[in-house]
Amino acid sequence: MASVEERQFHIEPFPGGTPGNLRLVEEGRLPEYDVVGTRPIRHDGTDKVTGRARYGADIKLSGLLQGYVLRSPHAHARIVSIDTSKAAEVPGVHAVCTNADMPSASHRAGDLGEGMVDWYHLNQNVLASDKVLYTGHAVAAVAADSVHIAEEAAMLIEVEYEVLPPVLDVREARTAEAPVLNDDVRTDRQPVGEPGDTPTNVAKHFHYEKGDIEAGLAAAELVIEREFTTETVHQGYIEPHTATALWSEDGKITVWTSTQGSFMIRMQVAELLAVPISKVKVVPMEIGGGFGGKIAVYLQPVAAVLSRLSGRPVKLNMDRSNVFDATGPTPGSYMKVKLGVDAEGMITAGEAELLFEAGAFPGSPINPGCMCVFACYNVPNGRIDGYDICVNKPRSNAYRAPGSTHVALATETIVDEICETLGICPVEFRMKNAVHEGDERVDGVTYPPIGMWETMKAVELSDHWQSPLEGPHRGRGIASGFWFNFGGNSVVAATVNEDGTVSLIEGSTDIGGTRASVSMQLAEILGIAAEDVTPTVVDTDSIGYTDVTGGSRTTHATGLAAIKAAEDIQAQLCQRAAILWDVEAEGVEYSDGQLTEVNGSEPRTISFTEISGKLNQTGGPVVGRGSVNADKHGGAFGTHIADVEVDPDTGKVQVLRYTAIQDVGTAIHPSYVEGQMQGGAAQGIGWALNEGYHYGEDGRLHNASFLDYRIPTCYDLPDIETIIVEVPNPGHPFGVRGVGEVPIVPPPAAIANAIYHATGVRLRSLPMSPPKLMHELLSRDA
Amino acid sequence: MATTRIISTSINGNPVEFLAAPRQTLLEVLRENLDLIGTKEGCSNGNCGACTVILDGRPVDSCLVLAVEVEGSEVETIEGLAPTDGLHVIQDAFLGQAALQCGVCTPGFIMSTKALLAENSSPSEEEIRFHLAGNLCRCTGYDKIVRAVEQAASLEKS
Repeated sequence: MASVEERQFHIEPFPGGTPGNLRLVEEGRLPEYDVVGTRPIRHDGTDKVTGRARYGADIKLSGLLQGYVLRSPHAHARIVSIDTSKAAEVPGVHAVCTNADMPSASHRAGDLGEGMVDWYHLNQNVLASDKVLYTGHAVAAVAADSVHIAEEAAMLIEVEYEVLPPVLDVREARTAEAPVLNDDVRTDRQPVGEPGDTPTNVAKHFHYEKGDIEAGLAAAELVIEREFTTETVHQGYIEPHTATALWSEDGKITVWTSTQGSFMIRMQVAELLAVPISKVKVVPMEIGGGFGGKIAVYLQPVAAVLSRLSGRPVKLNMDRSNVFDATGPTPGSYMKVKLGVDAEGMITAGEAELLFEAGAFPGSPINPGCMCVFACYNVPNGRIDGYDICVNKPRSNAYRAPGSTHVALATETIVDEICETLGICPVEFRMKNAVHEGDERVDGVTYPPIGMWETMKAVELSDHWQSPLEGPHRGRGIASGFWFNFGGNSVVAATVNEDGTVSLIEGSTDIGGTRASVSMQLAEILGIAAEDVTPTVVDTDSIGYTDVTGGSRTTHATGLAAIKAAEDIQAQLCQRAAILWDVEAEGVEYSDGQLTEVNGSEPRTISFTEISGKLNQTGGPVVGRGSVNADKHGGAFGTHIADVEVDPDTGKVQVLRYTAIQDVGTAIHPSYVEGQMQGGAAQGIGWALNEGYHYGEDGRLHNASFLDYRIPTCYDLPDIETIIVEVPNPGHPFGVRGVGEVPIVPPPAAIANAIYHATGVRLRSLPMSPPKLMHELLSRDA
Repeated sequence: MATTRIISTSINGNPVEFLAAPRQTLLEVLRENLDLIGTKEGCSNGNCGACTVILDGRPVDSCLVLAVEVEGSEVETIEGLAPTDGLHVIQDAFLGQAALQCGVCTPGFIMSTKALLAENSSPSEEEIRFHLAGNLCRCTGYDKIVRAVEQAASLEKS
């Protein structure tokens, strides 16, 4: 590779996009593909614009009962007794269940793909028997002829509670005086250390060190240490959680649900109900958004138990307040972060103390938070301590780059402060300190080829960065962010049809266009059109184990499985052509959708379409298989530019212009890559400016509705410009890194920096809502 | 509890009679009684717009309309939008512009867009964003939805 100075770049429209959709191109390095990088209509598109697509709540079965879940009105209480007898007597009620109707669970760890879980805690989260730990914690459930009967009956369930004081703040929860949520939790010290021996809310303590932190700080010309807080936020998917289950007389359980991972639901249902996984079939319905929040079970085991008790299929739907009260969220946090730099602006040391809310049970994304806090920069000396702390809020779950958005707020606003103090351009600072291949993170991981520097190059060359921002109360901020991405297990099976098309089946549920991005990779290898592949997402009895759609893994890992399936088809078709031509299979080559005889005097050829029609005469149908455990995912970096205007009378922040820049490795379907970048940016903007859980002192959530927990509307947001950077991941034939996680990371810090440059006020607390900013503006002027 | 009533209405141009209990919303009847599951439930309190249908020419959140209120009315749902020989231009525009990811808000956005374009055939971006502010999407950041509505407006005129 040429040295940094010799590499030439320009920005141009990404073909087929609108004027705001651009890409960074390095001279002489534009790969050529036929299908990859084009924008076909997604295969599931027609069903989704006609209302025909069936989501979780759309399943209909004969004899279907509707259920209702009774939830705790208290944030923290011991359950003294539950009496369901009156509910069971209501006409039209077919079953009532509590935790006592589930097998008892033991303390064992399970891996849900985007976080670990203790099976006892998950059992208690699904239906509490011992204590309720947040308002909305499920306690009992009813199945009846209609949801209205079920709800009325549930109101007759008598639960006696011994109400306990709640604890909601991580700093308070870790003190010795705080009420302890779970008697069984001891501090687990990672990666090394003896576990604690007394009950505590501090479930985990991660500690990482690199170099000599004291020497690094001593070598610094400037050291800045700041404290930050963020509120609990929700993923905010539009489709509420839903599950339908049938526990058949033969012992088979079928679950119809919307989930990011049908196999993960299978594992949890089997584990919690103490049946073998082979007795559970999960049928993934279309999923109306997940963002990390639709991996853990809530309703699925309860619906199954109600089905067993009633002998009928049972559907459970959450309403929106249930979703806010009892699912999601991603943690609120307290963070103290310190960076040291020398006179030239090179980072000498970084130190972080991070406290994340676990919610009711251990399991916040504190470890990824620790690993991401300094991930964009080469930090020679570092020390990071992270704590996972139980509080009386819902059990926390992954939310798009879990943990990384929190820590980027801290690091990226400190970087901005350093740049201002030293008079260094924030783009130049990031280019100088950017991590490159071979650099080691504080947690000890060495980077493969990555594109942090290239994303900064795109910032430097962008129209947005080069256009001056004028006008009063306006400011521009930038911030960078990182996510590991993920590989994992995926399976694809692909059958060649007689008409020259391929039926592709996969286990990855499709949240945002992965049927298209996976099919396109198979099409590219086979030299056929994306439209000639028909993808279907199937149930857990119909394909091999596939990990969750999450961690930005699906286009990478399920794409790899599709590539393997395509290569398998190629090899089999070479054998078929060899039979047709009476030559050895090694004497046939496959390229560009064409099979060619290698050494013939007049080489014979046959197209994919032609040979597809001759399979039954040459040995039978051809099925390609691809099964992967992908481990070369390659991390990704993004940098966003935000222009804001602050209303000096109200403290309201309007985003005027916004550009998201990201290294995606290779964009398979650029429209959906841009869509991920834009959607992630919008979620980050909501997190930055407005979103947050509001609790009363009694621990009750006060804003459990979309009206009060206000996610951005289209009237709140500007156009979101995109610049796709493509530094190929060497761990994937087309270079895919994955795209979905990174774009939520930079927005809060970019907007905080923009607000500073507009007003001179540095906010270090999310959300940066009008009253909070107004308070600071008034303090500034006082 | 009051008894169920027979409601006579028109849905997607066809006369329809259904039985509705007084407590049932139009959304519940569409989905549960009439199997028109294209209309989605996101919040049940008028905050998200996923259940948008067109009632006598006006876009409404069907979760905020009682089923008994639609006696004698004309209801249009997502199922009635496409002609028999293809998709409606708004549907084509949403597909062409990749204006959906998970797709659960899409029927509501498309119905709101239809109501907008019936009223204003050349909306500005500001007007589009204002009109669609009652429909929430958590996946797209709205950019491609706005582009789709702009494209649909220009195609409808041509």
